[in-house]
Amino acid sequence: MARRAAPEINAGSMADIAFLLLIFFLVTTTMDTDIGITRILPPPVKNKNENVDVKDRNVLKILINSHDLMLVNGKPGSVATLPQRVEDFMALHPNNPKYPEIKEKYFPQLGKKVMMTKGIVSLKNDRGTSYEMYIKVQNALAKAFDEMKDQASMKYFGVPYKDLVNQKKIDLINELVPIRVSEAEPENVGGQ
Amino acid sequence: MRETTPLVRIKLPEATQVQKLEKKSLVSYIYIGEPVNRNMYGSKSRIQLNDAYATVKQIPEFVARERQARPEADRNLLTFALKVDQNTKMGIVTDVKQQLRKSNALKINYSTRKVLKK
Repeated sequence: MARRAAPEINAGSMADIAFLLLIFFLVTTTMDTDIGITRILPPPVKNKNENVDVKDRNVLKILINSHDLMLVNGKPGSVATLPQRVEDFMALHPNNPKYPEIKEKYFPQLGKKVMMTKGIVSLKNDRGTSYEMYIKVQNALAKAFDEMKDQASMKYFGVPYKDLVNQKKIDLINELVPIRVSEAEPENVGGQ
Repeated sequence: MRETTPLVRIKLPEATQVQKLEKKSLVSYIYIGEPVNRNMYGSKSRIQLNDAYATVKQIPEFVARERQARPEADRNLLTFALKVDQNTKMGIVTDVKQQLRKSNALKINYSTRKVLKK
């Protein structure tokens, strides 16, 4: 038998097939990018009646009702102005009884004492509050604290907080600007 | 690349101040939202753990199982990502958070969509 050359495979459509496969995988792949607001929950309390007394002037009370309306220290507030309110509240105002008390804390990393506010943000929501609103408020609070961290970082290291690389420096800023947000157990007023 | 089939409808809320979740292997997910199949399960918000609906009471067990599945050194670094639909009421979310607290799973992440600063 005479040797015949193997018939060549028609590769003309190869490009189309590859292209279709490419499109297929592009469409079916869902890249889950996980982003969000990370928070640390307070550890469980053993003694239920253990209420920590906090002076009134040290607390910024944020209430959200089941209609997603906000009260900040008894007056209507909005998400847009909340970061400013929180920053103003948490800033140091020595000898002003309308603002939180100030205490000194020693930082061995800095080798000196730093004035810290005793202020705390208290967040209370209703069981009927929507999650969307809750996240908006959390976001506004995060914004306020992020900005304060930026300020502290600029003051001590001359770079914005997010540009810090050294873990020790990041930890120091986190210590200097603790996220002082307390979440109360929600009330069931609006009914769910 | 989805790990679970969604049984609840989830549209994440928007936020600007977000962090990325770094180690995916150290993240467990809790889904809360309205059931996809409304005719069968109604429209009340439900919790989904892995591939099934769950009640709030099942969360401690879920936390324990998720911890078991990780190497011992990493167990305390486990983050629970809450993927919650934006129209969910806070009641159920708080219940879940309380259960997580009780089980000492304190590191949580509220999953959001990122939007550019307005």
